[in-house]
Amino acid sequence: MDTSVDRIADPWGGRTPYRRHQPWPARVDTFLEPGTGPESVQRWVQTASILHSDGDAMDIAVRDGRMVGVRGRVSDRVNRGRLGPKDLFAWQANSARDRLTRPLVRRAGRLEETDWDTAMDRIVERSRELLADRGPGSIGFYTSGQLFLEEYYTLAVLARAGIGTGHLDGNTRLCTATAAEALKESFGCDGQPGTYDDIDHADVIALFGHNLPETQPVQWMRVLDRLAGGDPPRLVCVDPRPTAAARRATVHLAPRLGTNVALLNALLHEIIRAGHIDHDYIAAHTVGFEELAREVSSCTPEWAAGICDVPAARIREAAEVLGTADRLLSTVLQGVYQSHQATAAAVQINNLHLLRGMLGRPGAGVLQMNGQPTAQNTRECGANGDLPGFRNWQNDRHVAELAAVWNVEPETIPHHAPPTHAMQMFRFAEQGSIRMLWISGTNPAVSLPELSRIRSVLSQDRLFVVVQDLFLTETARLADVVLPAATWGEKTGTFTNADRTVHLSDKAVEPPGQARPDLDIFLDYAARMDFRDRDGGPLIGWHDPESAFEAWKRCSAGRPCDYTGISYAALRGGSGIQWPCGEDTPEGTPRLYTGGITWARPDDCESYGRDLVTGAATDAVEYRAANPEGKGMLRAAGYLPPHEEPDDRYPFQLTTGRTVYHFHTRTKTGRAPQLDAAAPDVWVEASAADASAADLAEGDVVEVRTPRGALRGRLRITGIRPGLLFVPFHYGYWDTPGGHRPADGTPGRAANETTVTDWDPVSKQPLFKTAAAALTLVERGNGTPSPAPTTTASAPWRAGAAPPTTGGRSALVRQGPAMPWTGPAGGGA
Amino acid sequence: MNGTTLVLRALHHGERRLARQLTAVAEHHRAEHEVHHVATDLARWSREHANRLAEAGRVRGHPAEAPEEHPPSPLTALREGAAHALGDRPDPGLLLLWDLRKLHLSASGNSLYWEMLAQAAQAAHDGELLQLASRCHPQTLRQMKWTNTMVKVLSPQVLTTP
Ligand code: SF4
Repeated sequence: MDTSVDRIADPWGGRTPYRRHQPWPARVDTFLEPGTGPESVQRWVQTASILHSDGDAMDIAVRDGRMVGVRGRVSDRVNRGRLGPKDLFAWQANSARDRLTRPLVRRAGRLEETDWDTAMDRIVERSRELLADRGPGSIGFYTSGQLFLEEYYTLAVLARAGIGTGHLDGNTRLCTATAAEALKESFGCDGQPGTYDDIDHADVIALFGHNLPETQPVQWMRVLDRLAGGDPPRLVCVDPRPTAAARRATVHLAPRLGTNVALLNALLHEIIRAGHIDHDYIAAHTVGFEELAREVSSCTPEWAAGICDVPAARIREAAEVLGTADRLLSTVLQGVYQSHQATAAAVQINNLHLLRGMLGRPGAGVLQMNGQPTAQNTRECGANGDLPGFRNWQNDRHVAELAAVWNVEPETIPHHAPPTHAMQMFRFAEQGSIRMLWISGTNPAVSLPELSRIRSVLSQDRLFVVVQDLFLTETARLADVVLPAATWGEKTGTFTNADRTVHLSDKAVEPPGQARPDLDIFLDYAARMDFRDRDGGPLIGWHDPESAFEAWKRCSAGRPCDYTGISYAALRGGSGIQWPCGEDTPEGTPRLYTGGITWARPDDCESYGRDLVTGAATDAVEYRAANPEGKGMLRAAGYLPPHEEPDDRYPFQLTTGRTVYHFHTRTKTGRAPQLDAAAPDVWVEASAADASAADLAEGDVVEVRTPRGALRGRLRITGIRPGLLFVPFHYGYWDTPGGHRPADGTPGRAANETTVTDWDPVSKQPLFKTAAAALTLVERGNGTPSPAPTTTASAPWRAGAAPPTTGGRSALVRQGPAMPWTGPAGGGA
Repeated sequence: MNGTTLVLRALHHGERRLARQLTAVAEHHRAEHEVHHVATDLARWSREHANRLAEAGRVRGHPAEAPEEHPPSPLTALREGAAHALGDRPDPGLLLLWDLRKLHLSASGNSLYWEMLAQAAQAAHDGELLQLASRCHPQTLRQMKWTNTMVKVLSPQVLTTP
């Protein structure tokens, strides 16, 4: 199997088929920059990917102090040596010429280079002023899903106990807030129930709004390897687009946008009706069955068919496959989380597993996924609008515990209301009560909904904006102070993927110029602000990644995300470790809930829950009454029509999403030549029926307009469901003349020009997948194809309608057994 | 007309009023996106309640009053109350808090009528009426919990950070 594969043309590479219940065979993917032979690599430095949540373990090849390539780590159970296209190519962005190398401050309206002291003093001065004049509620922090655990934890301590503000959230709000909330609603606490290894054992794998082939391509390789082996799983796929998973599915359902709850209630209706439920499990481990059964009793497949526009027979078929699985694995992502009734829908998938007793056994699990690589850490460290260690802000004992860990008074930690979520922070900034917003590692000027509004919020004179990033992003261009950050490969730290696997990422090379690790920046700020604990000692007593990790371990002790048994030494060399890992679980924990639900007891739970329609908080008394013993909670939710429906003016539904070649706003992937070339510009997808009705052809320049704004792109005609348009959300303006917005007189390019400001009231996750839009022709393409890839869900409906996406020689990746030349450092492989 | 009919009528009026208030608050606070969307969804519940109550009144031979020709705009009413308390150019955050409080009071007024209705239905062994109350009353309580949560979430910032 030692071959070279063009991994742009073939994102998933070659097959290593395996049978159910067998271990997944290894395959080592290696990409070295042209002209570099394996023998010239001086060091291999251990890390994992930060371009999605899969946690693909890899080594960075270093020569003469430069990164020159990567290879998968064969010893790691997450990927067994495989890498996805972004893992293979995006590291090249680290050495892009336009990296920020010096701090910038705004003087007379322009950003000018300066030194660290000047930049930090400016931030400190403004912080002090605001604290004195307006109080801690005037300062907010908006962070990322791409920093390291040590950095989030430090940020959480300095924001919550140093400044004392409730305004700290991550861009994980756009990504995994619903996953976390759904887990809290069903199990009382965040924490991924399943493990990727469940793919080896499941006989049915259900993908709910999860384009696995493009979001976690390495786990899709695992599914493909099982499909190619003996006793393959059956797939159920719910997705309005013809994803690679949909094409391989036994049953593919393509519902109308915003109708997930109707569809899921009908599936539950059928499963209960057919008696495919585990009465013993329900009795032993759940509460709420009667209410759920009542709620779905009228949700027949015929009823849902009318709402979802999916044939009732298909719904029955899907229910039959789900109901007869002997080991069911479900995975969930943005098709649920960023859609109408997000949490209510995600919870119904947990219900499916509770009803069928499909938890805690090999192959029987739920993966409420994250998209971002370190989103799990944003959540557990309390940088996402929760308290650190999955502590409950409504439980005084939890707050006291946290205060003891930090050696501060409990009142120091704001907990009179839930920590502020990102969308609310932007609203407070719009209203003028938040006057300083420190944005680290994220690009809201492209990634938040309704960009014209976001730009105007960030451009206000009265708002002091600090941006900490690698490049002069669209957001950085609107900042008052820009701090150049080091990134992956240039700093050390840990992070945790979507199945709770903790990886260590070691520093391989020096950051460019004066760029500094995010941890150092936060520590510097804390020192300059002179934050103190209750005995007058420094609030933050750590000084480097490893001491920060040790501090975090103390905070995590005894909580579900227990890290106390993990150390940097234990993470070096072998495979990543799945938390909880403590005294009783020194090897880590592949699956939660192997013996029933463990963290839902009223005294332990992270949340007392919320109303699935209104988001209203439940209190301790109600929670205790409804779930005194801490069982799994079957939570019912009725279907509500989406808030924006097509009409005469805006006759289409519009959804946004990603492609396999890009991550987020392309800050890195747009600077990796192979990835950039594979999907160089925005496009618009429509169905063949809609295109022919509107007399549109492949490559025509079209405009997509909603009540918020418009964008233009070339049309790709695909097998997407009729009535639906799709636009990838990655494209912004940093590589256009506008810089941070459409240049005057030019059309928009970012999908979020059009999206609506609306969020799920339960998880507060914005709804990027529910809008009504108009589609019009701007200019005939006359044969110019759309820049959409042909290898993915964007594949043309008519084969050959566009030239195939390939990477050529520069995208050749070596694929084979473990390399003979495992280097001196980074060992283990 | 007996007491139950009076309660039915008062509650019908109360639910219609709450539906209008919710719609008005949703309209007025468009920039408060969560309030806008959730209030719109919750107005739907009150409209449904009002329709069912009207139906129940009809069945009992006491149709609800015809809708008023020119109902006083609930928005104006809300605004007047709030403006009086808050001065001439009230801060939008304060106005929102005042409006949420008003919604909460309306919903709790309705809740007590539902309580009366349910009790009367039990005493009179009126299964249908009891079913109506037990179907709708929980939603009224959820409306109250929502306004309460929003007040709790917004007050610290609105009241302490200028
Ligand atoms: S692309 Fe989507 S799933 Fe991925 S990190 Fe971003 S928001 Fe999350």
